[in-house]
Amino acid sequence: MSFQAPEELSKKAHELYEQYIPKIDEIKVKERIRIPVQEMPAQDPHVRCRNLEEVAIGYTAEEAQIEAIRCIQCPTQNCVSDCPVNINIPLFIEHTAYGRFQDAINVIKEASLLPAICGRVCPQETQCQLNCSVGKVFKTVDKSVSIGRLERFVADLEREKGNVQIPDVKPETGKKVAVVGSGPAGLVVAADVRREGHHVTIFEAFHKLGGVMRYGIPEFRLPNEIVDEEIDTLRKMGVEIRTNFVVGKTRKLADLLEKDGYDAAFVGTGAGLPIFMGIEGENLVGVFSANEYLTRANLMRAFDKKHADTPIYNSKIVAVLGGGNVAMDSARMALRLGAEKVYVVYRRTEKEMPARTEEVQHAKEEGVEFLFLQNAKRILGDEKSRVTGIECLRYELGEPDASGRRRPIAIPGSEFVIDLDTVIVAIGNSSNPLISSTTPQIKTNKWGNIIADENQKTSMDRVFAGGDIVLGAATVILAMGEGRKAAATINELLAKEIEEEKLKKVN
Amino acid sequence: MSKIIYKEKLSDNVYKMRLEAPLIATERKAGQFIILQVDEDYGERIPLTIADADTEEGSITIIFQVVGLTTDELSRMNVGDDIPVLVGPLGNPTNIENFGTVVCVGGGIGVAPMHPIAQALKAAGNKVIIIMGARNKELLIMEDEMEKIADELIVVTDDGSYGRKALVTEPLKELCEKEPKPNIVFAIGPPIMMKFCALTTKPYNIYTEVSLNTIMVDGTGMCGGCRVNVGNQVKFVCVDGPEFDGHLVDFDNMMARLSEFKDIEKEKYQCYIDLMAEAKIAENESKED
Repeated sequence: MSFQAPEELSKKAHELYEQYIPKIDEIKVKERIRIPVQEMPAQDPHVRCRNLEEVAIGYTAEEAQIEAIRCIQCPTQNCVSDCPVNINIPLFIEHTAYGRFQDAINVIKEASLLPAICGRVCPQETQCQLNCSVGKVFKTVDKSVSIGRLERFVADLEREKGNVQIPDVKPETGKKVAVVGSGPAGLVVAADVRREGHHVTIFEAFHKLGGVMRYGIPEFRLPNEIVDEEIDTLRKMGVEIRTNFVVGKTRKLADLLEKDGYDAAFVGTGAGLPIFMGIEGENLVGVFSANEYLTRANLMRAFDKKHADTPIYNSKIVAVLGGGNVAMDSARMALRLGAEKVYVVYRRTEKEMPARTEEVQHAKEEGVEFLFLQNAKRILGDEKSRVTGIECLRYELGEPDASGRRRPIAIPGSEFVIDLDTVIVAIGNSSNPLISSTTPQIKTNKWGNIIADENQKTSMDRVFAGGDIVLGAATVILAMGEGRKAAATINELLAKEIEEEKLKKVN
Repeated sequence: MSKIIYKEKLSDNVYKMRLEAPLIATERKAGQFIILQVDEDYGERIPLTIADADTEEGSITIIFQVVGLTTDELSRMNVGDDIPVLVGPLGNPTNIENFGTVVCVGGGIGVAPMHPIAQALKAAGNKVIIIMGARNKELLIMEDEMEKIADELIVVTDDGSYGRKALVTEPLKELCEKEPKPNIVFAIGPPIMMKFCALTTKPYNIYTEVSLNTIMVDGTGMCGGCRVNVGNQVKFVCVDGPEFDGHLVDFDNMMARLSEFKDIEKEKYQCYIDLMAEAKIAENESKED
């Protein structure tokens, strides 16, 4: 699929709009599934690969309505069960088809708090869109209804109109809850717990809120403005926010509960330490973890070379090692920071890559070159310890491994060298030890992830956990799902205590 | 946000500040550091060791040398100004116990972070021998404070303008050769000084703890920018350190990594200096009008 200009896309959508919308109640299923997928309008790849503005522009109202009538309102509703927060997707799509956009966003908001974010960063093709009946007809998820794009459209429309509704907050209960980390899991817990009238304090280690949505996911994929607005909603609900506060260091978790009067705590500190490959040359100058590279560029604004004090490496040729969303973000950021050539080196094939399809597509359009079935064996440097290249090995796919993906096997003697000056390692994170090492009561597994039960309860009384610190590296929506469950458990615990206190007073 | 409540110029380009930070003051222990930014939106994050703390006043003391953009901007801030971003205490505290005889080596600005460690070692019952050094007399800081703690104080300067004319490694070697040998050595200063302190004590098999000050972004283990080779293992200074066994640290790699952004930093700093100079000229011109 090659790039199509937004004007072309909207022109085509307009024709379909004229054809179908006047007779919307009479469109047969056969007709619906024949309507082409409405592609996501995007900035021209040649222009956007040098700017930081959002790549995907978003649907027009007509495009959204046409995409929505592709949904056949099937009775199976796989999309609902495949959504980690079980949004009533067919209903919101029906509202969208009829142009009832406010009703559509209201439906989503019953289940999800951050639709403008999820519409942008959820891996829809492995969740809600995976088993879509329309896609099944064509035996490809590419033809599924574009649920994520529709979610984004209705969420953006509400935002742009400026009528985002602040959720009601029940009368103050006098109970206090500490939320550690302001990423997707923490934000959801804060909102859900605050709604019940409990006092909520969010503790954030950085000076800006949003966790991975701030330091990790770049502006061109998720504008900061959107994250800011979600956080602003929390502030308006009365959530207290403390930045530059590292729980475990500035204050121990146990002290928050025992000395500072918090009745419960939620730990959503995210994936922590970057994993390196353990190969020769990894400490050379010019080798960065994707975390460092993206944090410099995003949180510290190093992309704004003129104004930011934080430096970022001047790269000419870059190799990104890894095949996930973080790898795509790093590769595309490197281009935007002025790299002449960017490779993504991945040891399996495109099919096995965990990144969102749209991100891979966008990266290709922008000129990122993918080297599949290859992997770095060692990193080469000069006498000043600066990176000069990587030695790679070629791979072939063998039998499926525990993850169900075919195992890559190195081909002996296939070594070759790529000359370059920068290597970005994006192969994942292990868990951050700051809370667990200062809170021995919290049990962790062998990878250091906090162990939480199905209600997100940890081994420490009154402490709950969710998101990447429990799951290992996962997604924004899964973190939100866990946050939702944790909030429900916390609310239940506090409600019970309030009841008991009332009874005591009566007696 | 953290208010500056005291500021003093210790030498030509070394400053001491007390900052309002009640929580950090309570929690911090010798050897730990903070990270600060002078601008919330565009500032960079720099790690600085906590030189002292006063829980009653609710303050911490930092001592820093102007070496680049952020430290220069910091040095221009005054009592009453707010530092917009201050976070800590980060890193692991120094392991303080009664070792017997300890030698504390502080070089240049490294005397500042050595101070709370020497203080804690003394309080733990150790015989504390302090070697402090600088390039010249003007750059020597905190001699009085160190004198109060030290059972024996040795002051050296590279050029002999004060104290003994020597590098810190010379008296260190003499102490290693004397009986009873020191039980442990702590060394904080420029990387090259720590490298040679470790090389000096190695033949005598005296454990030497060094405190590393590498490039950092978050300071909580997330970025890995601070990684160093220690005994052929990759360690993060922010969460595994900042103190390590000096005999195992790959100082050459660490020094190379410290120069990662040198050119860009120089350029940015020069722009800033030019800007400041222009502002000064403009100010003078307006005064003349």
